[in-house]
Amino acid sequence: MEIEGFRQHLITLTQKGVRLASLFVLPGEQPTMIAIVADDETTELELFACQCGRKFKALTPQVPQAHWFEREIAEIHGIEMLGHPWLKPIRFQPRAGQNREISPGVTDYFEVNGEEVHEVAVGPVHAGIIEPGHFRFQCHGEKVFHLEIELGYQHRGIEKAIPTATPQKIIRLLEATAGDTSIGHATAFAMNYEALAGLKPDKNASLIRSIALELERIANHTGDLGAMAGDVGFLPTSSYCGRIRGDVLNTTGLICGNRFGRGLVKTGGVGYHIDATLKQQILDKLTLIEADLISAIDLIWDTPSVVSRFDETGHVSQEDAVTIGLVGPAARACALLTDVRLSHPFGAYEDYPPAVPLIEIGRCGDVNARATIRWLEIKESLRLIRAMLADISAEPAGCNTTPLKMAASSISVSLTEGWRGEICHVAVTDAQGKLQTYKITDPSFHNWFGLALALRNQEISDFPLCNKSFNLSYCGHDL
Amino acid sequence: MLQILKARLHQQYRTFPFPDKIPEMAPRYTGRPMIATGTCQNDCTACINVCPTGAVSCGSDHRPVIDMGRCIFCRACEPACPAKLISFSREFSLAARHKNDLLISSSEFKTAEAMGAEIKRIFGRSLKLRQVSAGGCNACEADCNVLGTPTFDLARFGIQFVASPRHADGLLVTGPVSQNMKLALQKTYAALPSPSVVIATGACAISGGLFRGNSEVNDGIGDLIPVDLYIPGCPPNPWTILEGILRFMGRI
Repeated sequence: MEIEGFRQHLITLTQKGVRLASLFVLPGEQPTMIAIVADDETTELELFACQCGRKFKALTPQVPQAHWFEREIAEIHGIEMLGHPWLKPIRFQPRAGQNREISPGVTDYFEVNGEEVHEVAVGPVHAGIIEPGHFRFQCHGEKVFHLEIELGYQHRGIEKAIPTATPQKIIRLLEATAGDTSIGHATAFAMNYEALAGLKPDKNASLIRSIALELERIANHTGDLGAMAGDVGFLPTSSYCGRIRGDVLNTTGLICGNRFGRGLVKTGGVGYHIDATLKQQILDKLTLIEADLISAIDLIWDTPSVVSRFDETGHVSQEDAVTIGLVGPAARACALLTDVRLSHPFGAYEDYPPAVPLIEIGRCGDVNARATIRWLEIKESLRLIRAMLADISAEPAGCNTTPLKMAASSISVSLTEGWRGEICHVAVTDAQGKLQTYKITDPSFHNWFGLALALRNQEISDFPLCNKSFNLSYCGHDL
Repeated sequence: MLQILKARLHQQYRTFPFPDKIPEMAPRYTGRPMIATGTCQNDCTACINVCPTGAVSCGSDHRPVIDMGRCIFCRACEPACPAKLISFSREFSLAARHKNDLLISSSEFKTAEAMGAEIKRIFGRSLKLRQVSAGGCNACEADCNVLGTPTFDLARFGIQFVASPRHADGLLVTGPVSQNMKLALQKTYAALPSPSVVIATGACAISGGLFRGNSEVNDGIGDLIPVDLYIPGCPPNPWTILEGILRFMGRI
């Protein structure tokens, strides 16, 4: 495709409400820009490419979803983007072959001037046990006009390290891409590897992967609901959920020994089987967990002082959510039906489609909606896990450990629905069947700007609450 | 109000009586590695080849040595060894005071001894820590966070994570120390009142872990700031972290 045709096609698609799942450039003498778009309605996934050259007119003015992606491309490849409204570093990573010292966080920021307008800068090191990032608030009194989020402190060079690593190491790197989404990212890589090497995991392996993914979802939603309660000073739910989250992680620990599911997903299958005894242990644990969760989380909506703090705080309109391409529970809280498990089912989800909960229009987009959606998703995940557990047969789940050759000169795209939303991985192999480029798009990459929008016209003291309602990944973004 | 009381009754008292009782790890939990007595097969390097982090090396007696500071406890070396020398126990006490103590070449391990008498007089009953994530993937961070929940109830030992280095007696560092966090880590350390302690938590902070060798990271804390306690794991189990800190404080 020519760049102009590429642009027009992307504009047409995104105006229909189609999501840009990934946009990146394959380096080389003739840099190639690749767009991957996911249509939740037709359930299609489209990939198209163009020779973008070293300079082109930015897509962002017409395709706001491309905003972050274009900043990333400009930073990594040094491609000039004419007319990009806010072209600044996204990770403060030195360009390939460049040895220049880079000062993280040192860049242009929006400024608001006038009487009583002030600026609040927070981070990179935060007050709790949280990953680092820098936040700039432009405030008028307590009111936030704008929040600008500057990340990159967590950049560890994962994408660069992948092509030279063995598949066994790559999967470990992806487990640590965002440590709370180990299963989501490891599964996405395994799917790409399997597609390129011509493998198909057996049914039990697919079931175990999905069970682990749902446990990951429950654990994180539980922790976040507790943290949201903590941020409005409601300690009962906060204290119970913190502990229950641990119980859910320990359930994953029962399957593979590691609370975060490290080593559970392997290329070609899974590392551990769930036999009848373990199945019963998990079911027993889930019964206790469910009772504890109901007792702890229902308190939120039984307590008017909590609901009044959640209600109408951190609102993101549905229109904005579509424009910036929000994904995951943050999008579903805006009444957008987007869920990879449903639109592009992978692994076991073809046979076990989730009943994806949605918040109705009129009650959507605020912290209350994001909290509600997470609680509904926990319940649905519990149902899914039970249904999947019941169908695991006695035959041990397989795992192909022999090294295989990947298809040469190929491209493979995998989508999974992590607990924060859509995870998109793209693998590109060279003529020898070796990985040439591996592109990772964590849901946080789409959603950080949503948090910035949520803070508009809020009080600065609402930041922790809004932040926790999204709970985005710093390292998943920074890679 | 009644609902809150009802929930309180339902949730019960859940604090585990550690260290009086030792928690049972999950059956598949991977703890401290052990090297059995015996000799390797001729020039075999199978364990070294499969290790994703370069944690296994060949010792002076031509037997495997596992560096727990680099190990991510993935067990890849265990089945790879044709002589069956390598195994992993369910022992979760892994913390050490010196990097060399993390090198495992037998079934022996020297657990962390308590801090010096003078420091212990100051911090032995109250230790306030500032957590700095320097490229951490949020797994080590999550397992530190969980120490504040009722199961572990960190505060009953006088240990607390605080919101400013000015309020802290020490740092607990996670992550491989990304280049972009190097300065922030050094500045946070400089902002601690002295005397202070530093705890390196997780394979990344100790050695760079999976990211070792990437130019974007510093391969762990290295000699950026002095480290007093190493807690290995990827991530370490919360009990490993708590046990390590308590040993360090001379409470175990």
